[in-house]
Amino acid sequence: MQILAKNDALAASNRGWFAGREILALNLVSSPGSGKTTLLERTIRDLKDQMLISVIEGDQATANDGERIRAAGAAAIQVNTGAGCHLEADMLAKGLLELKPAFGSVVMIENVGNLVCPAMFDLGEHAKVVILSVTEGDDKPLKYPHMFRAAKVMIINKIDLLAHVDFDVDSAIANARRINPEIVTLSVSVKTGEGLVGWYEWLHHEAAQVRL
Amino acid sequence: MHELGITRNIVSIVEEAAKGRRVRRVTLDVGQFSGVMPDAILFCFDIVAKGTLLDGARLDIRKIGGRASCRTCHATFETATLYQACACGSHAIDRLAGEELKIREMEIEEAA
Repeated sequence: MQILAKNDALAASNRGWFAGREILALNLVSSPGSGKTTLLERTIRDLKDQMLISVIEGDQATANDGERIRAAGAAAIQVNTGAGCHLEADMLAKGLLELKPAFGSVVMIENVGNLVCPAMFDLGEHAKVVILSVTEGDDKPLKYPHMFRAAKVMIINKIDLLAHVDFDVDSAIANARRINPEIVTLSVSVKTGEGLVGWYEWLHHEAAQVRL
Repeated sequence: MHELGITRNIVSIVEEAAKGRRVRRVTLDVGQFSGVMPDAILFCFDIVAKGTLLDGARLDIRKIGGRASCRTCHATFETATLYQACACGSHAIDRLAGEELKIREMEIEEAA
């Protein structure tokens, strides 16, 4: 008997829920402070005429992130995990009933800032997007291999700070490819907007995939 | 940290299967890459099992090492990490073993 069978079954049900509504669901994971919420705020603002985005916010406490997302112009539901270090499929299912995302829209699930546990819990998302900022170590893919292996995309954020830190983008990408040769990598600065075009193209491409 | 939730899952799955009978022993398969620490599960188990059909049951954990096969040269090899390349240099590998996280066996008392 698979110990995570219950979560996996609920995740499969979420996956069907999304597929039936042609919704692109992405699970955003990273360490605390990588810029997940800021990336979402900017994405919502930049794509407001092209894509309907709503957000499920997972945090151990506070409703701060949900408020930031709503201020950016998107619907958001905050799911506080309390003592929990990750979101599980049943929490997402409950959040979706409240959020009621529209047919053909995009649901961004901002997981708890943690590179360990969220890797193990499938939520029924289309893909995991892992965000790594250049103020962290470029060996992080090797230190947290489960997450980088589970992710379809790695976004390297805060590249406007590269001149001030020892982070090497090429070695970060090489380290991620050692674990996951197929991972898509994007380098961006949410602050200056550099590289975000690539992220938006990827989003449009994936949104078209779920509509096939 | 997630081992407590995992242990709760184990206890509830076993309790459901035991259908009211007491459980003497549970055996798990835990792979090296399962993302779970066997010692942390052992640490949580007695506490979570208290007051359930598993109270006082023994927990055995079979640790399973990593094994992979190479998509380039089709060799099979043992590996201790998720990123070790094949001897041929390829990183395009499929994991054959090491990701298990399962209840393998349970021993329950016969119905009276």
